[in-house]
Amino acid sequence: MFSDWPLLSLVIWTPILGGLLVLTTGSDKQAPLARLTALFWSVVTFLISIPLYTDFETGTAAMQFTERHEWIGSWGVFYHLGVDGISMPLILLTTFMTVLVVIAGWEVIKERVAQYMSAFLIMEGLMNGVFAALDAALFYVFWEAMLIPMFIIIGVWGGPNRIYATIKFFLYTFFGSVFMLVALLYLYFQSDSFAILDFHQQALGMTPQLLIFLAFLVAFAVKVPMWPVHTWLPDAHVEAPTGGSVILAAIMLKLGAYGFLRFSLPITPDASQELAWLMITLSLIAVVYIGFVALVQQDMKKLIAYSSISHMGFVTLGFFIAWQIYANTGSYEGAAMGISGGIVQMISHGFISGAMFLCVGVLYDRLHSREINDYGGVVNTMPVFAAFMVLFAMANAGLPGTSGFVGEFMVILSSFKANFWYAFLAALTLILGAAYTLWMVKRVIFGAVANDKVAALQDIGRREFLILAILAVAVLLLGIWPAPLLEVMDASVENLLLHMTQSKVIP
Amino acid sequence: MNFTMPNIAPALPEIFILSMACLILVVDLFLQDRQRVITYLLTQLTLVVGFVLVVMDFSQGRVLTFSDTFVRDPMADILKACIFIAGFVTFTYSRDYLQRRQIYKGEFFVLGLFAILGMMILTSAHNFLTIYLGLELLSLSLYAMVAMQRDSVTASEAAMKYFILGAIASGMLLYGISMIYGVTGTLDLAEVAQQIPGSEKQLLLTFGLVFLIVGIAFKLGAVPFHMWVPDVYHGAATPTTLFIGSAPKIAAFAMLMRLLVDGLGGLHAQWQDILVILAVLSMGVGNIVAIAQSNIKRMLAYSTISHVGFLLLGVLTGTAEGYAAAMFYTLSYVLMTLGGFGMIILLSREGFEADKLDDFKGLNQRSPWFAFMMLIVMFSMAGVPPFIGFWAKLSVLKEIVAADMVWLAVVAVIFSIIGAFYYLRVIRLMYFDKPQDTSRLEMSLDMRLLLSANGLSVLLIGVFPGTLMALCLAALSGA
Repeated sequence: MFSDWPLLSLVIWTPILGGLLVLTTGSDKQAPLARLTALFWSVVTFLISIPLYTDFETGTAAMQFTERHEWIGSWGVFYHLGVDGISMPLILLTTFMTVLVVIAGWEVIKERVAQYMSAFLIMEGLMNGVFAALDAALFYVFWEAMLIPMFIIIGVWGGPNRIYATIKFFLYTFFGSVFMLVALLYLYFQSDSFAILDFHQQALGMTPQLLIFLAFLVAFAVKVPMWPVHTWLPDAHVEAPTGGSVILAAIMLKLGAYGFLRFSLPITPDASQELAWLMITLSLIAVVYIGFVALVQQDMKKLIAYSSISHMGFVTLGFFIAWQIYANTGSYEGAAMGISGGIVQMISHGFISGAMFLCVGVLYDRLHSREINDYGGVVNTMPVFAAFMVLFAMANAGLPGTSGFVGEFMVILSSFKANFWYAFLAALTLILGAAYTLWMVKRVIFGAVANDKVAALQDIGRREFLILAILAVAVLLLGIWPAPLLEVMDASVENLLLHMTQSKVIP
Repeated sequence: MNFTMPNIAPALPEIFILSMACLILVVDLFLQDRQRVITYLLTQLTLVVGFVLVVMDFSQGRVLTFSDTFVRDPMADILKACIFIAGFVTFTYSRDYLQRRQIYKGEFFVLGLFAILGMMILTSAHNFLTIYLGLELLSLSLYAMVAMQRDSVTASEAAMKYFILGAIASGMLLYGISMIYGVTGTLDLAEVAQQIPGSEKQLLLTFGLVFLIVGIAFKLGAVPFHMWVPDVYHGAATPTTLFIGSAPKIAAFAMLMRLLVDGLGGLHAQWQDILVILAVLSMGVGNIVAIAQSNIKRMLAYSTISHVGFLLLGVLTGTAEGYAAAMFYTLSYVLMTLGGFGMIILLSREGFEADKLDDFKGLNQRSPWFAFMMLIVMFSMAGVPPFIGFWAKLSVLKEIVAADMVWLAVVAVIFSIIGAFYYLRVIRLMYFDKPQDTSRLEMSLDMRLLLSANGLSVLLIGVFPGTLMALCLAALSGA
């Protein structure tokens, strides 16, 4: 019944306009009004995004809910939107997490509330735009514009070292993206169109493919982030306010992975295959090395930040082992499992890392410290919170029954078909992940009450309970019954594999 | 000797501005200081009427007059219309500032009008002499405008530097013109263009070309001929800086087009290489040195230099699309510059110039709206979408890639990243730091409104850049 509505435009522009409305509430005297308006618009956006799932046709890889209007006539740039099984779940993730972030910032943010809320709403719209854009110019506009609210969020509401962190964040990502811009321009002149789907069909020689792939790699690897361009992430995460960390981890990192799926793999399949070894190596380094780095962190946010990098390594690993599996087994099935596993991992990591950052935020709001050493025995004073935190920590470690298990298991399983050693190294993460997460939980949550401050802690209130409970349900639901998500993406993943395995080099 | 009356219709806007400038000069003599607003209003009225005259009679084709020394074509009309807008905005921003510093004199506006007349002549020139005439009219007015604040040491120094270096540049230009005249025997741009391909004295032509380009590069402020830019921008009173930084760039673009494309199009291969060097150096030096500045006027001066580099990139492609991209770049640069310097004027008050970067600290707490306007302008200058500066950079990059110079595009984007740093610093000061100075902003309502419109247009044209792009392309596809 909603198929005639411009749903994608609505999920992009409702939050942006809502955000501007929130801005007009002005000074902090009207903070309650700003909060309520922001909540209203984020909930409305989430509700609008639900039909994207319910009305989604699972059998086809074609773009759905498409909209196409001329934007810049002389260049052939179109306002062209559409989603497939890969981008649709990510849009839902975005609209869902934004609601939680708005609630999470409810009492915590006391200064310039209207600007805070509005920055998140505007960013939500822009991120939805990135996932929905089917025109390269439009995609790039959303992709870059998104940096502006995040820059402001970290810089204004962040921790003591926020200015260094936010400028580093901006310049790193800006650096990555401009190379993508040059690659997109090159593709534009090859295919005479800015449509991403036309890029997918465009035949390209091997050298251009390699160069384009590298240009894309810079852009997406910074965003994911992959080792060795990951160093902005721990800084940004640590300094960002809780809401900012959640959006960064839950959605912004996914943009890089999404970029691989939408651009690198289908546009430059031969180069991707050629350089798959590099990508697999980088992914495994992220999984294993960064896992060790996470182990020694003293700062909880930093630990989760490194764990995010390590988990995102699984995503890229899942994408780039596809050719070897295809070569080994001759069927798409195993390769599809790797890619699907990567996508499931993206969604699940969105929930889990978001939840972990929220948990740290809960503690930080009370004690204003993120140091693990300042805590201990929190379970004695905050039993409800402790239960949630342990659950999310288990999910982060990939315990079966939680969403963290599904994606990792699928990737490990399929990497067996590619190469035993990939699987072996990747499986190390189950141990490493368990080690750093559970060790942190042990030191923070369990044991004797560490000091007077911990002894004086209040358990979570209704608002915090609500957010964590919603996320807990999401994590468990996806862990026990991932089928709805997998069904949605099946056709699109298969279509993607078709592009990946067809050589585009002009003979 | 026969004298036929030339067709004066195409030059009507110029004639109107000239008459009005003379009239205002006379009227101003009879005004007392408190009646100065009449001069101001007359000047603004002149610009509005001039704008209407240009737009009403928008030319479709190319009309030559005054023995082919004057041309009116769509490019000239669009550029003139934009010069009028830029002039109007500049004068509106300037009024309060000038009043508070006792330099609210009729001469400022009259000189401004003569400078605008010079720009118009430059835009419509079709003869080396007309170009020189327009350029000198423009430059001499600007020297005087810089020197107007005669009690200020920095302004006098800036005027001196500007004058001497400008005179050298004019000399270079004339020398180049004389060489080309020596080879071709004509000063008419079209005839020069005709003679070039068949000429046997290519070496002499190239020499002439080099001197011409040196002259233009001086006027544009391209590296290595940029030394005067930071000093003049810094030393002059902010409204004068605003004036120098905005409309004359449009005229300089026109001059570049008239000389290199209309006149010396046949030497494209030669001037392309020279422009590549100038462009890369300008982007490099401009962006890197801007980082070290603590004065925002100097910072914007270096940013101008880097923008000039980008503008040259569009021109050096040698295609109509490339010229259109450069034109779009120029216009969006002017729009952003107006906003940037407008903000400095907005923050200044009597005895306080607000030209230190630190003066922008905590602006978000003092005035969230204008901090947001400055944020738009700064991100736009850095080339972040969805603002106009992004499309300007993108269109230039696109034509560079189309001209098969991908490496140059990569160089350009690397310098843009470096450039992003100092623009971000302004935003950081406005948003992340505590204000040092909490006094209220006290500029008049008309300036506030216009400045808001200026900032919003950077955003709005950024969201819908199609019309302006199509306009630029239409203006140049005939060229």
